[in-house]
Amino acid sequence: MTADSRAGHWPVSALPAAYMRPGNASFTEFLSAAEPQLLPGARSSESFAGALPHATTIVAVTCTDGVVMAGDRRATMGNIIAQRDIEKVFISDSHSAIGIAGTAGFAVEMVRLFRLELEHYEKIEGVRLSLDGKANRLATMIRGNLGMAMQGLAVVPLFAGIEDASAFGADPAVSPAGTPAPGRIFSYDIAGGRYEEHDYFAVGSGSIFARSALKKRYEPGADLATTVRAAIEALYDAADDDSATGGPDMTRRIFPVVVAGTPNGAVRWSDEEVGVVAEAVVAGRLLKPGG
Amino acid sequence: MTMPIYASPEQFMRDRSEYARKGIARGRSVVVTTYSGGVLFVAENHSPTLHKVSEIYDRIGFAGVGRYNEFENLRTAGIRLADVRGFSYDRRDVTGRWLANAYAQTVGSIFSEHQKPFEVELCVAEVSGAGAGGVGTAVGADQLYRISYDGSIVDERRFVVMGGATEPVITALTASFTAGWDLPTALSAAVKALGTAGEGAPRELLPTQLEVAVLDRTLAGRTFRRIQGSVLAALLAGPAPTAAAAAAAANDAAAGADIPDNAAGAPESSI
Repeated sequence: MTADSRAGHWPVSALPAAYMRPGNASFTEFLSAAEPQLLPGARSSESFAGALPHATTIVAVTCTDGVVMAGDRRATMGNIIAQRDIEKVFISDSHSAIGIAGTAGFAVEMVRLFRLELEHYEKIEGVRLSLDGKANRLATMIRGNLGMAMQGLAVVPLFAGIEDASAFGADPAVSPAGTPAPGRIFSYDIAGGRYEEHDYFAVGSGSIFARSALKKRYEPGADLATTVRAAIEALYDAADDDSATGGPDMTRRIFPVVVAGTPNGAVRWSDEEVGVVAEAVVAGRLLKPGG
Repeated sequence: MTMPIYASPEQFMRDRSEYARKGIARGRSVVVTTYSGGVLFVAENHSPTLHKVSEIYDRIGFAGVGRYNEFENLRTAGIRLADVRGFSYDRRDVTGRWLANAYAQTVGSIFSEHQKPFEVELCVAEVSGAGAGGVGTAVGADQLYRISYDGSIVDERRFVVMGGATEPVITALTASFTAGWDLPTALSAAVKALGTAGEGAPRELLPTQLEVAVLDRTLAGRTFRRIQGSVLAALLAGPAPTAAAAAAAANDAAAGADIPDNAAGAPESSI
């Protein structure tokens, strides 16, 4: 007699049979088998892309200490600013960050699911996924959203992180070669294609301007502070030329979200810390608007 | 499934209980207790990889004794259940009481309906937050639920002892338990209590024979931390280096607290 055939007789709050079935450590795959209605893509929709909030420019830049990811705070609905202080850059686990551009509603839900996917794996397996493993899981999740993307509800993330050396028994600060573990950046297309980027990258409607700015500003071997400054300068340039990207809002004290991934872990900078850098950027632009 | 010979329900249940109890008694014991900073799990476990103690959710930990494949199955199901609930509602809506009830219903159903009962005992522990009163004032609010092979559930205030020969361990802990004791005191008392059972008792348990973890109420987000390697050895070393060990543990916790919500926290000390 299997657990399945008994499931109907169990008390309602007992664990459903699907929860006891052997399986792998993927939360997404478990959801699709046991609770498919909770998956982000599991709903029908008409094409209403223009009426939903969109999120915009995200940049990621590598540095000697690891990698920095920063994103502006504006969400737009057509020509309307839907939200001034939306957050599009998140810490996905102890050593990685994810930034999202695209339809805000789906993007935020995808980030929630992705964070849980990483945590779920870690709890079940007792170890964390490798950085490549995390990047591949994200690719699979975007591929699952392809149907929605074809209707104009695309979600395009940017993923950055640093290999968590302690997970493999090594000294967390130093990779086996004796050099600090390098920060890595992964970009995606709507079909789930995963591409590793070098040095810097940007996604979203203002990404062309941000990437052009970083092309001139990126310094190989720069430290964390210099790199954060370069990232915020690039966001300023994106906001300068793209109406859907917001610049630093000095009146409301709304500044970009900055996450720094170093061998000690991914840490979100406080608004005060980012504010100091953003004020310096704006002060510089008062003298020289082109930066 | 049909019974070839009549057996009275009493006899039937007694046989099953005896079977499950025998299976559980073969294993080594686990102690779960509260201390000033949260909940402490101490398991005698000679395997460094097959865990008896595990994280379930932000403030919920799990300990199991008995057949490994059975409590591992329940552990995985618990993580799935907690993650699905946290995903469809909110992280705060996942509670220890709810999870303990789900386990009790499951194990109870298996006990009465399946051919073979699960030979497991579980403990679900939930640590309370630091709260307005600060660290150490909310000890009474920590919850320990002990779930037996037949689905019976007990809410313990002070400590839970599960597994093999539990009587000497319970006697030792009853004598030494003080509400709100600190981590080194609670750990050494738990290890000493575990050493009172088994062959050649009293035994001295080495750090490599122990699996130790805490739910640290001072941490935001995920509170479960394993204590192993040099940190564990220093905590067990005795009263002289206790201050240094406590400082090391505090540093460890502080490093975890730096990392924002949902991050996995302090790197565990490697052996």
